[in-house]
Amino acid sequence: MTAQANDAAPKEDWGRHKKMERNVALFGVAAFAAVTIGGIVEIAPLFWIDNTIEKVEGMRPYTPLEQAGRDIYVREGCYVCHSQMIRPFRDEVERYGHYSLAAESMYDRPFQWGSKRTGPDLARVGGRYSDEWHVQHLTDPRAVVPESIMPTYAFLAKRDLDTANITADLTALYRAGTPYTKEQLDKADADLKAQADPMGDAADLNKRYPKAQVRDFDGQPDRLTEMDALVAYLQVLGTLVDVNSAKAQEELAKEKGR
Amino acid sequence: MESVVSRSGWWLAALFISTVAMAKAIDWGFAVHMGIFALAALIGLVISLRTTDFHAAARGILRLPDDQTRYDDDLIRFGVIATVFWGMAGFLVGLVIALQLAFPVLNLGLEWTSFGRLRPLHTSAVIFAFGGSALIATSFYVVQRTCRARLAFPGLARFVFWGYQLFIVLAATGYLLGISQGKEYAEPEWYVDLWLTIVWVAYLAVFVGTIVKRTEPHIYVANWFYLSFILTVAMLHVVNNMNVPVSLFGSKSYPLWAGVQGALVQWWYGHNAVGFFLTAGFLAMMYYFVPKQAQRPVYSYRLSILHFWSLIFLYIWAGPHHLHYTALPDWAQTLGMVFSVMLWMPSWGGMINGLMTLNGAWDKVRTDPIIRMMVLALAFYGMSTFEGPMMSVKSVNSLSHYTDWTIGHVHSGALGWNGMITFSCIYFLVPRLWGRERLYSLRMVNWHFWLATLGIVFYASSMWVAGITQGLMWREYGADGYLVNSFVETVAALHPMYLLRAFGGGLFLIGAGVMTFNVWQTIAGRLRDELPLYQPKHDPAADRPLTAVPAE
Repeated sequence: MTAQANDAAPKEDWGRHKKMERNVALFGVAAFAAVTIGGIVEIAPLFWIDNTIEKVEGMRPYTPLEQAGRDIYVREGCYVCHSQMIRPFRDEVERYGHYSLAAESMYDRPFQWGSKRTGPDLARVGGRYSDEWHVQHLTDPRAVVPESIMPTYAFLAKRDLDTANITADLTALYRAGTPYTKEQLDKADADLKAQADPMGDAADLNKRYPKAQVRDFDGQPDRLTEMDALVAYLQVLGTLVDVNSAKAQEELAKEKGR
Repeated sequence: MESVVSRSGWWLAALFISTVAMAKAIDWGFAVHMGIFALAALIGLVISLRTTDFHAAARGILRLPDDQTRYDDDLIRFGVIATVFWGMAGFLVGLVIALQLAFPVLNLGLEWTSFGRLRPLHTSAVIFAFGGSALIATSFYVVQRTCRARLAFPGLARFVFWGYQLFIVLAATGYLLGISQGKEYAEPEWYVDLWLTIVWVAYLAVFVGTIVKRTEPHIYVANWFYLSFILTVAMLHVVNNMNVPVSLFGSKSYPLWAGVQGALVQWWYGHNAVGFFLTAGFLAMMYYFVPKQAQRPVYSYRLSILHFWSLIFLYIWAGPHHLHYTALPDWAQTLGMVFSVMLWMPSWGGMINGLMTLNGAWDKVRTDPIIRMMVLALAFYGMSTFEGPMMSVKSVNSLSHYTDWTIGHVHSGALGWNGMITFSCIYFLVPRLWGRERLYSLRMVNWHFWLATLGIVFYASSMWVAGITQGLMWREYGADGYLVNSFVETVAALHPMYLLRAFGGGLFLIGAGVMTFNVWQTIAGRLRDELPLYQPKHDPAADRPLTAVPAE
């Protein structure tokens, strides 16, 4: 506008920019170039720099039941109040456990590190509380933690888990890059049911998914509910990699400038 | 006639496809969404078949004056109304979720009204519905006037506006139904993302097309910012939403990027949603409406060039500061921090360019409540773009991250900068778009200003206190070497702050309500009978020469 029209700037300095101001294609290309550089420099290397994700033992894709529970966790927006990323500070490590490793979320689609702790971090909540505690807490948080401000999720225990699409779910995850084997995909439906069935074939499931916890999670052995799935997911969080073993500690000590 | 037939054909095809998809849906959320699509297609079809004259229909609904303006402003009128509507909706949901944190019983025990589902509804309603409608409306207004040309592709422009509104409806209903990708500010699922991509490409076409047919030789600085906002948001949206759908007839999908890569892609997106949606786009509004309202040229042309290029170049690097001390490699965190600190300079360059535009017109801060709102918006922009770089310094972030400090920071930017600049643009636009002499009431603008300002002060300061309290309580050690506080003690400690925050949000909402009433009355063509805001006092009794009064 007037500022530009009246500007008496020396032509040699600003003339080139004036040329660009008259050509929308030139301007658009230059602006697009300016906004792509940062992303390319920061993001692209994460896919090829070797030590972005440390090599640790124990990580495996989620079992069908855990994945179904994870989908409920995402659906209900748990991530808006709970992080899953323990930072390497003394207080966090004492409160929540060993700091989180990149490897521990390598099969998380989507990642759920979170950005706000209205409630505590859940990266290592697995095995910290009993199933009964979780069921009661999800049904009525204030029954077990009077000061809690968490919403109630009683409906989870009343609703049957929709298992119709579990094979399709795992197949989509496989297509996105989660390394499920053909056997895991073929038996997804059976594995899903077996994990919540205390009479189920745990040995077979554990072959495909080491450390899978097999039991009835929601206190209703005759039903497979959304509560079963969510508790199964919460109970596996942080339990796959034995970060405190001597071997793991030694490996982590060698890490530099990751 | 031919065009009516072919247009109806398109609507019919859309209706058919969405009905089939609804019938074949594998989850009922997807069925509901396809139903909404079908309904939208049906409405389009009916309008096409009745061959309604769009302009006549719009004039009837919007109670427009008969004298048509030279520019294509129908959409902008709808856009202003949409902005006010979504603003009220978004602020109201914000107040509800703020109260939910103080009184959890307000979650009502229903899945649809729990905090986890309403919070994305709030963020999307204010950022994408309120902010997005304001951006589309003002960009169409500004680009026409600064190019001295009517909108290119008027039909496509209508598709952009209504298509974007459909996107908002799909996103909002999706959250309530539990359809979410689980990534902040990118929650809509794959088919809604695809829809938005189509709308956005059309938006780019209309915007660039209008610039191409301009009759002014130069492209005005506001359009640089709008253009970079449209281009960059397209790039961010496409890359961050690369998902594999479970089924073509289901709502669920899984992202291509997992874990650490997923986290960085998400925050590269998330931070630049702030940088380009809420900053570049709104700076474009500043570069047009502040000089217009102040009736002064932009302070410095060179500063706008410097500010523009350094802002867009630096912003894109700042994403990793959302991931300090996480499992993201250190080098990426440090890069993010360094660029965030550098970003302070162009941000303040923009603020200075806006504020100094008032050179020689500073008295208007006292006399013109709209200018006052713009100045406050710029002041909050300056404040939050100082606070942001500070919080991205790792040692500060170790305290502030995961706490309510972040929430306070976001709201001083969103309520103070985005909210205030949008309100002032609405007040600028409404009388002009509807051909009214002035707003219904300038005094109400003044009320709105003070209600909103007080609201922001309550909001931001309560969240600073809450954030620092919580951060310090988490890391507090006793003399015995043990952690002093359990987690839930830190939750309980924040209760009073949550009440104050809700109070501040309530004031802000009431202010917006005053604006809604004011805009409504202005559109209806009423003028409030009120004294001007500033008028030197005149006392006729004192307006006479001193004469000696004989003693009695």
